[in-house]
Amino acid sequence: MIDPSLFQLVCFYAFAAVTVAAALSVITLRNSVHAVLALVLTFFSTACIWMLAEAEFLAIALIVVYVGAVMVLFLFVVMMLDIDQEKIREGFVKFLPVGLIVAVVMLVEMLGLIGVRVMHVQTMGENPATAAGLSNTAWLGMALYTQYLLPFEIAALILTVGVIAAVALTLRHRTGARKQHPSEQVAVKASDRVRIIKMAAERPAEIQSAPAQESKP
Amino acid sequence: MITLSHYIVLGAILFCISVAGLFINRKNVIVLLMAIELMLLAVNINFVAFSRFSHDVAGQVFVFFILTVAAAESAIGLAILVLLFRNRSTVNVAEIDSMKG
Repeated sequence: MIDPSLFQLVCFYAFAAVTVAAALSVITLRNSVHAVLALVLTFFSTACIWMLAEAEFLAIALIVVYVGAVMVLFLFVVMMLDIDQEKIREGFVKFLPVGLIVAVVMLVEMLGLIGVRVMHVQTMGENPATAAGLSNTAWLGMALYTQYLLPFEIAALILTVGVIAAVALTLRHRTGARKQHPSEQVAVKASDRVRIIKMAAERPAEIQSAPAQESKP
Repeated sequence: MITLSHYIVLGAILFCISVAGLFINRKNVIVLLMAIELMLLAVNINFVAFSRFSHDVAGQVFVFFILTVAAAESAIGLAILVLLFRNRSTVNVAEIDSMKG
């Protein structure tokens, strides 16, 4: 019989290893499409780690919102733009040492700071949502729609602004393109299209005699 | 037993990977945007872990808002990228220097 907490720890290490490996391949892969797919794997394994922390709603939201929407948007843009792969890689080796040094120094500093706290080993304790007699989603929703209602509405506003900004940025008016203007078509009057001219009646004498000459022979 | 430090260390590693990604991918704006998404993910891991270990709902609510803002940010970022590529035919950061003084 496997100890459940040991099994959780093994799962955590497996998911964390996949997350870190996928994140490394995001920044090193040559092909942008492969990098986006590695980012999808990163988000997915992070969602698994959030499941281990019993944040089920956010884990599913990460997959639905990020993998389902944002990553597809990334893939769409990467495939739409015709990027020269060879030129992109030119500066890779040049910036590699400085990037590695900065990242490693930051990591050592952060791990040192975290190491101070490791002495006080904190256990996860009971799930606060279960303690309140709710599911994780209900627990989150209770807080979101009462205490954080105004930020929630502002978040909706931010999304609306984002949509309008994205459309306004990429919209272009082509000159010379032929297209319909329905409002102008509806608003047109008869006087714009037909001109009625008053003129005196007259007899076209030559035209009447010409067929008579032709029919003689 | 999973402790809080496990989650924080994972967040720190992801954050450092994305910082390294910002440094070494100077030729491709798309990878820079992806590195920013990775940074936000590292922050979100920390938020979820702290929320779970301190039994407070605020952390998870904030992750929700960060996801919202990050989605809007990447949509606008990609729109700017498409506009940039249409006008300059490049995603190279070094070549986008027309605002240089």
